[in-house]
Amino acid sequence: MEQTAEVTHHEHSGGGTKEIIKVTIWLSVLTVVELGLGFLMMNWPEESFKRHLVKGIIVILMLWKAFFIVAYFMHLKHEIKNMIMTIVVPLLLFVWFIIAFLYDGNSYKNLRNEYDPHKKEQSTIKVEKKEEGEEKPEVKKAVE
Amino acid sequence: MWYFLMSDAFTFGAFLIAYGTTRFATNGWPDPNKVFESFPGLGHGYPLLFVSLMTFILIISSVTMVLAVQAGHNMNKRSVVINLILTIIGGLAFLSCQAWEWTHLHAEHAWWGQNPFLNADGTQSTTNFTNFFFTITGFHGFHVFSGVIINIIMLIMTLSNVFEKRGHYLMIEKAGLYWHFVDLVWVFVFTCFYLI
Repeated sequence: MEQTAEVTHHEHSGGGTKEIIKVTIWLSVLTVVELGLGFLMMNWPEESFKRHLVKGIIVILMLWKAFFIVAYFMHLKHEIKNMIMTIVVPLLLFVWFIIAFLYDGNSYKNLRNEYDPHKKEQSTIKVEKKEEGEEKPEVKKAVE
Repeated sequence: MWYFLMSDAFTFGAFLIAYGTTRFATNGWPDPNKVFESFPGLGHGYPLLFVSLMTFILIISSVTMVLAVQAGHNMNKRSVVINLILTIIGGLAFLSCQAWEWTHLHAEHAWWGQNPFLNADGTQSTTNFTNFFFTITGFHGFHVFSGVIINIIMLIMTLSNVFEKRGHYLMIEKAGLYWHFVDLVWVFVFTCFYLI
């Protein structure tokens, strides 16, 4: 730890405040863009293709922001290479996790919709506009 | 520190993936723009506004933390103290925002196990939405809270010249790593819950 800190120290003295300000501006701009996209898609239909597309773009911007924070604020970029590798390589597991789990969730939904028509029917019933103070007639669905 | 943060990343990752899986496995989901649309003093109808404020508070506090770490490199005690105080204020501001939001949602009868919001298409929603929201933002808020405590300890140690005597401010660097990690997690939580 002492040694890596030493390395950081020497290399970091180059970057300095300028770099921090640059990264701050990047992060702010990316956040504003994300929010702009959020406002843009607010009134689009929920399952439409363009909405999914914009959500995808937002996820990419999110990863981009994450990169800025990790690389510059946590200055992982200025660490020695082996250090970077021990951190980044295990995190690659997430790629598999995310794909596998989301795929699984989606397939669960499709299978259930196919083989449990009652459940599917239940989930298409619209709830009437709720009145103030009145307890909603619990369309209590077992969650799992 | 890095390895602790990595394990923490896996915890948060597991939470968020569980959330994603559940969301993919459910037919409908509430529209975040309808749920989180209040701003203190302004009332309803301002989607995304409050959470953007929270996001910027956290980003700015992360910046002041970087500045504190850098001042530590230069052995500039005064600057370390100022920036640490700013970071602590940012953290507390974020926590207050979150407290307000939770109180507000609770007043709307949203809590663990109860979800007053309907799905985007007007159908009955499950309590998964509020359960995940409160668990994950709660876990993150707890991290912010511990980060503020750590920063306060760092501030006290700086003021009592512990680091001056030690000859380096490496402790602050480690506290800084933790603080940035909290900010990093917020980037993900914010996107997953409020934007998409």
